[in-house]
Amino acid sequence: MEEKKVTKAQELVYELRIRDTMTKEVITIKPDHTIKDLRNILKENRISGVPVIDKELMVGIISIEDLIKALAKNEMDAKVHEKMTKNVIILYEDEPTINAVKKFNKYDFGRFPILNREGKLVGILTQKDIIRGLLRRIELDYHANELQKYKNVDIFKDIVTEHTNIIVRRYVVGNDFIHGGEAAGEIKKSLVGLGIKPNIVRRVAVAAYEAEMNLIIHSDGGELFADINQERIKIEANDNGPGITDIEKALTGGFSTAPDWVKELGFGAGLGFINIKNCADEMNLESEVGKGTKLKIIINL
Amino acid sequence: MNHKLEGGSVTLREIKYKLSLKIKTAKEHLNIEVTGGYSSDLLSDVMANAKKGNIWITVQSHPNIVAVASLLELSAVIVTGGKKIEKETLSRAEREDITIFDTTDSTFNIVGKLYKMGVIGG
Repeated sequence: MEEKKVTKAQELVYELRIRDTMTKEVITIKPDHTIKDLRNILKENRISGVPVIDKELMVGIISIEDLIKALAKNEMDAKVHEKMTKNVIILYEDEPTINAVKKFNKYDFGRFPILNREGKLVGILTQKDIIRGLLRRIELDYHANELQKYKNVDIFKDIVTEHTNIIVRRYVVGNDFIHGGEAAGEIKKSLVGLGIKPNIVRRVAVAAYEAEMNLIIHSDGGELFADINQERIKIEANDNGPGITDIEKALTGGFSTAPDWVKELGFGAGLGFINIKNCADEMNLESEVGKGTKLKIIINL
Repeated sequence: MNHKLEGGSVTLREIKYKLSLKIKTAKEHLNIEVTGGYSSDLLSDVMANAKKGNIWITVQSHPNIVAVASLLELSAVIVTGGKKIEKETLSRAEREDITIFDTTDSTFNIVGKLYKMGVIGG
């Protein structure tokens, strides 16, 4: 993977401490509460997971997935401590935000509890918190009413420096159909948060989705990357193999090298690049067998 | 409950009721009005053609249908043919707030009934 120019957002990920981005008011649950209680807490607060606290000590974490599992088994009266995850991965408040970004990439968790060095729970961190914290730092107010104000307005006028780029970067695992589309979803959410016009958001969402699915279907894994500035959104999908044998053919509608089982899932219809082309102002595909593939898409604002 | 089709607006509630669908996820959105419908089992085809607020009729039931519905902001997905919906699909749909219905009826019949109700393509 080639080294990209370091942008403001990337700098900030190192500079900002977790305590600057985390949510400080943590909603918690007790181990002897029931799954029914959990459901109410999640619903009332519109959140997807909570730490489990017993006498000021964190003993686990429980999320909406655990709730759904319990629901399926008809175990809504089970106690939280029977269903929670006990092996909790935590972060400390004085760590740089980049450590959190790395952990989100490594583990498939929606949130991490944040402790101070005395071991006391002081906050909770989701990926949304990080994006929000970054945006806040580049003088963007991410509050809902502000967002309303920014809807359909050129938000970049309000960013102080001209060279501020916003970066969304996600590693996509080859063959990981279960999480397919999540990276594109994240890119889409950042654009919506920035108040980008809906028709542009749609074009980016379609192009990013197809690029992500290409990584999942055809590569051994790679990186999906979105770089947003005042003029354009650049999406890149880069992988390290296996590479495309015949680029011209790959770009032909209806042609796909996807295996049958993938086609049965409704992928690999040879429509991906056509969709990308239709959504992009510029598209560039480079590939070398044994080396990898680089796809670059530009959508102008 | 309003069953009239004034202004072509049909809610998920009316669709669920008239087509006897089972609702699997995001049950709080039944008041949403659908903007039209689209049916295809090829995900890229749906990405290219389904519009915001459309209801999508498909036999696919894997988690990626949630990604598609969420990215396009579809109003709901109807999984037809009595296909068993994967657990991961349901939990992801709940997480991303996407309403999924299922039915043993075929895509052909469901689309026909929707069309009759005033839910049209495009």
